[in-house]
Amino acid sequence: MMTAPAIETDGRADDAGERLFNELIAQDSRIEPRDWMPADYRKALTRQISQHAHSEIIGMQPEANWITRAPSLKRKAVLMAKVQDEAGHGLYLYSAAETLGTPRDRMTEDLIAGKARYSSIFNYPVLTWADIGAIGWLVDGAAICNQVPLCRASYGPYGRAMVRICKEESFHQRQGFEILLELANGTPEQRAMAQDAVGRWYAPSLMMFGPPDEDSPNSQKSMEWNIKRFSNDELRSRFVGMLVEQVRALGLELPDKDVRFNEVTGRWEHGPLDWNEFKEVLAGRGPCNAQRMERRREAHEEGAWVREAATAYAEKQALRNGRAA
Amino acid sequence: MSESSASATRITPGNALRPEDIALLDVKPGDAVAEYALCLGDDALILAQRLGWWISRAPELEEDVALANIALDQIGHARSFLTYAGRAWGRTEDDLAYFRREPEFRSVHLVEQPNGDFARTIARQFVVALYQWELYSRLVESDDPTIAAIAAKAVKEVDYHRDHSVQWVLRLALGTDESRRRMVDGLRLTWPYVDELFADFPLIDALGGAGVRPSTLRAPFDAAVQKVLVEAELEVPAVPGAVGGGRLGRHSEHLGYILAELQVLAREHPGASW
Repeated sequence: MMTAPAIETDGRADDAGERLFNELIAQDSRIEPRDWMPADYRKALTRQISQHAHSEIIGMQPEANWITRAPSLKRKAVLMAKVQDEAGHGLYLYSAAETLGTPRDRMTEDLIAGKARYSSIFNYPVLTWADIGAIGWLVDGAAICNQVPLCRASYGPYGRAMVRICKEESFHQRQGFEILLELANGTPEQRAMAQDAVGRWYAPSLMMFGPPDEDSPNSQKSMEWNIKRFSNDELRSRFVGMLVEQVRALGLELPDKDVRFNEVTGRWEHGPLDWNEFKEVLAGRGPCNAQRMERRREAHEEGAWVREAATAYAEKQALRNGRAA
Repeated sequence: MSESSASATRITPGNALRPEDIALLDVKPGDAVAEYALCLGDDALILAQRLGWWISRAPELEEDVALANIALDQIGHARSFLTYAGRAWGRTEDDLAYFRREPEFRSVHLVEQPNGDFARTIARQFVVALYQWELYSRLVESDDPTIAAIAAKAVKEVDYHRDHSVQWVLRLALGTDESRRRMVDGLRLTWPYVDELFADFPLIDALGGAGVRPSTLRAPFDAAVQKVLVEAELEVPAVPGAVGGGRLGRHSEHLGYILAELQVLAREHPGASW
């Protein structure tokens, strides 16, 4: 069992600690768990890292939905390995968040109680096999654009976790692209399946970068603290540029007639996104919110007796070993 | 050394043997060896299909990872065995997995059994892992170099599966009253399907030294089980064995549903590649 680090200096006047923190941020160095940090920094990071962890864990469900039906044994193995990676990412991230003082159990309870958020993209249904490709290409692609800069996040444990996660995510994206490529070059039905999936996942994946900069209240502080490096719109624009190139290789089309490169701003632009839908899904009114939460709750509650048994057994063993010693 | 054994042994056993490598081998198994590979491959495939269900539903994230790992190992073994079997008949691993009907499968009833709760899954896993370890650790000596090479890789992985299931049998049996009750139930529900694993079937006589006679594995299996159950303060369930027949294509009622799910997409698009 992991113990929470000492955080008693938080909130108290600690001039030397604060000076060091500000210096480290100014030098673009790393803050480590034992360092003094402002309470708001700790809170913002805990929120961000735990949300990220929850997204990995909830994000296992839409893809797990196709493990038993994957159309070839190789694809089945690759998909299983991918969903397994996501559980692993959740574990690294919960561990990183624990170094800030919040135990994993509490984060899990918050998720199950509906108090914590996760990426709204996972509240969309995964309807066909092509969706597995589109999720890899678009959702993991967007995640990479978002996460590569996080490898340099000022909080050490988070940045280090992200390095490992990004390596695996880039595999996932390539695998997704490969699934779509195979479908796009397959039978007419397979090709239609691929185009339909790209059509459905395009806009939600663009919305993964969060609201437009003018509506993103948390971003400013996060950039000052070297957690976030680029704005939502900047990252979204880069992502669109990447898609334009790759969709050509797939021989498919993006469902957006307004994609263009703006020579003046040097940025890729896209058509309007339905931010009302984004807010609705975030507020719990997406197609699969209830289903995803129910599955998580069920797994957690039905697993309670197993976790209790493991704890009881460990205690009995410790007692027995203590007696033997 | 014959040409065929030379080509299979170029693959370092336990190292990098992949189904893709087997597909490229210039050896073709005879019908009996191919049928035997089908039996072992189908066990692994159906078990992987069952275990795959747990991913995103396990009692702890660590178990999502562990069960996924075991499922992945099993699917790897299935792919190797099916690829090798298919070489005898000009069929791929996917032809065999997705386009055979129920009576053409050769899996034992045990791997077809429902997951039930975590204890029942662990009970099934405990039996399978101990059985597969005894089997693969002898198949390493198979006269058929490809079977031996697949077994050499598999036995190392199954050793971890054995450890995983034994640890859980102990934890659940000696943990809380509830976990003990569930573990006892899990074993009781699993045990009718144990005998089939060790029943000799006609194909075995045609295999010579390429395979292992299942009945010879019973004593070491029983001894390994007994050792764990004593430590867990449990007993071998006193339940009658069920009549099997999986090796002859006579399956449990569950297999039809398993295959319906496994094969549905591939069969909607015959001839497509993925």
